[in-house]
Amino acid sequence: MANPWFLKGHTACAGCGCTIAIDEMLKAVGPDVVVVNATGCMEIVSSMYPSCNWNVPYLHSLFENVPAVASGVSRAFKALGKKGVVLGFSGDGGAYDIGFGALSGAMERNEDMMFVIYDNEAYMNTGVQRSGATPFHAATTTSPQEVAGKREWKKDMSFIAAAHRIPYVATANIGFPVDFKNKLKKAKEKKGFRLVTVYANCPIGWRHDSALTIDIAKKAVESGMWHLFEIEDGAFKRTYRPKQFIPLEEYLKPQGRFKHLTPDMVKEAQEHVNKTVAELDRLEGCKVDFKYLE
Amino acid sequence: MRKIIEGSIAVAHVVARCGVQVVAAYPITPSTHVPEELSRIQPEYGFEFIPVESEHSALSAIVGASVAGARTFTATASQGLALMNEVLHNASGMRLPLVMVVGNRALSAPLNIWNDWQDGISSRDTGWIQLYCKNNQEVIDTVIQAYKIAETISFPVMVGMDGFYLTHEITTIDLPEKEEISAFLPPFKPKQSLDVEKPLAFGTYMNPQYYMDAKAQQQKDMLAAAKTIEAVAAEFGKAFGRKQAALVEEYQSSDAERVIVTMGSLSENVEIAVDELRAKGERVGLVRIKCFRPFPAEALAKALGGKKAAVMEKDASYGYEGALATELKAALKTDVLGIVCGLGGRDVKLGDVKKVFEMLSRGEKGTVWL
Repeated sequence: MANPWFLKGHTACAGCGCTIAIDEMLKAVGPDVVVVNATGCMEIVSSMYPSCNWNVPYLHSLFENVPAVASGVSRAFKALGKKGVVLGFSGDGGAYDIGFGALSGAMERNEDMMFVIYDNEAYMNTGVQRSGATPFHAATTTSPQEVAGKREWKKDMSFIAAAHRIPYVATANIGFPVDFKNKLKKAKEKKGFRLVTVYANCPIGWRHDSALTIDIAKKAVESGMWHLFEIEDGAFKRTYRPKQFIPLEEYLKPQGRFKHLTPDMVKEAQEHVNKTVAELDRLEGCKVDFKYLE
Repeated sequence: MRKIIEGSIAVAHVVARCGVQVVAAYPITPSTHVPEELSRIQPEYGFEFIPVESEHSALSAIVGASVAGARTFTATASQGLALMNEVLHNASGMRLPLVMVVGNRALSAPLNIWNDWQDGISSRDTGWIQLYCKNNQEVIDTVIQAYKIAETISFPVMVGMDGFYLTHEITTIDLPEKEEISAFLPPFKPKQSLDVEKPLAFGTYMNPQYYMDAKAQQQKDMLAAAKTIEAVAAEFGKAFGRKQAALVEEYQSSDAERVIVTMGSLSENVEIAVDELRAKGERVGLVRIKCFRPFPAEALAKALGGKKAAVMEKDASYGYEGALATELKAALKTDVLGIVCGLGGRDVKLGDVKKVFEMLSRGEKGTVWL
């Protein structure tokens, strides 16, 4: 289906999960949004002068400052009485790492905006370097297979965000578009800072067949590598939990970034996933929320 | 209305009276009193105040607010201006009419909170108009003009006020009323802005076939900005009854044999030295650079032609000389005596200024660190 707010002709790679994320995002929240985009793949492929795919008001400033720029837009709209929802859009490098201070500041001030992080788990625009969002074991050009991939765990952005006590935090996945769009629509209706982090593949960086984008995205959730949940006004709730998780190996196998994994490393990763699933189960079962003081 | 007031507090009030709509700021000595006062008077004026988590975000936030169509403001100094560096380039490249006051201060290391101009001078090539003021009346008047200049030609303007010497000086200032300012400065009406009714894209990527054209246009317009700065100063002078320096200001220099060139509050020390030496019959004078960018090469050549000149500056380009000296030599096509002084707040006394005039008499050349 053609998207009237994100037009045809972008220059992203075949099978790019991030442009799928934009497409779904604008279908859910267009047209009365103002997009503030970070430097990165999604900026380069969609807004190279003199062409532009964004058919909504669009602003690109720099790499790490989207939360601050969007704060300014949001406040100006308030001051001027202009209509439109401000939507910050950034990759994981811009949000988890270099722009983390700006993101934390905007969340702490509870600026009135939506913020979508498209998480492709590395710096893809510069040629696949590790980021704070790169998962354990994944090989990138700065965590190469020669050193057995990345040695650290992925940063848990959603819970860090929730600790700022913002009204809405959610995770999404391009393999679950209805869930993603429902979360965006819900977020759009709220006031204050609303964060949605969407899993979005990079077939080049992850070294998988471009035809497998959606299949792998789904397997991320089915295996427990990615979780679908929301933390609404502090209350944690899964929006989908597989009844039976598939073995992690099925998720890892089609991806070149995990090709170097030995059986022991797969086992280590599976144990980590099991632990995370158990933690979230406990969190949900106990109805633990983040309103510590209520 | 004439008022005894601290420089920073006066800046906050004049910015509010200019009808600013979004302010974003982060505290840094010696400009902190500006955002403090703005946050205090915000309810009275109704502008948005964003207490951001860094100077990088302060400038970024007003970039966003400006593209959204608001009149904006921030204030900073020293490390804060350095942290803003990439956003400085970004804002001027996007041709945003931002106004920023810089409480000029030394850069670390060694850490030092006192006045010099290294922060502003190091931001020389960022594409901002840079105006340096000699006293707080001029700071106030220049802030009002800065909005008019910025919004007329779509350039960001940096107003320099020496840290502590001006930011913390309590003195008598004629602080114009809101109504007087609005008669001079109409509301900000951007040619285009973020608007859901009319979607436009701002800040897009440009490949080599376009990038250089955009930058060439920026250079052409920046050079032409001198005319606007002069016109706005003349208009301001007429409207407020106070004569304004635009690009350079000459003090007793027309018949002078020896002239000191400088900027900022140091100029007032030089004025005193000139008066004292003139009383003794010495033909000395001062040429003050108010507008550092665009650089008033022509005006300086006219004011200094055939005279012995020394430049006193509170900055250095390490590995060469003072930045102003380099620029002045190029503008005059002759040698000048370079004096690097007052770094990190070291006092430049009346005697020091007189010493520089003596050095000029002796025909000294090169660079001297006072």
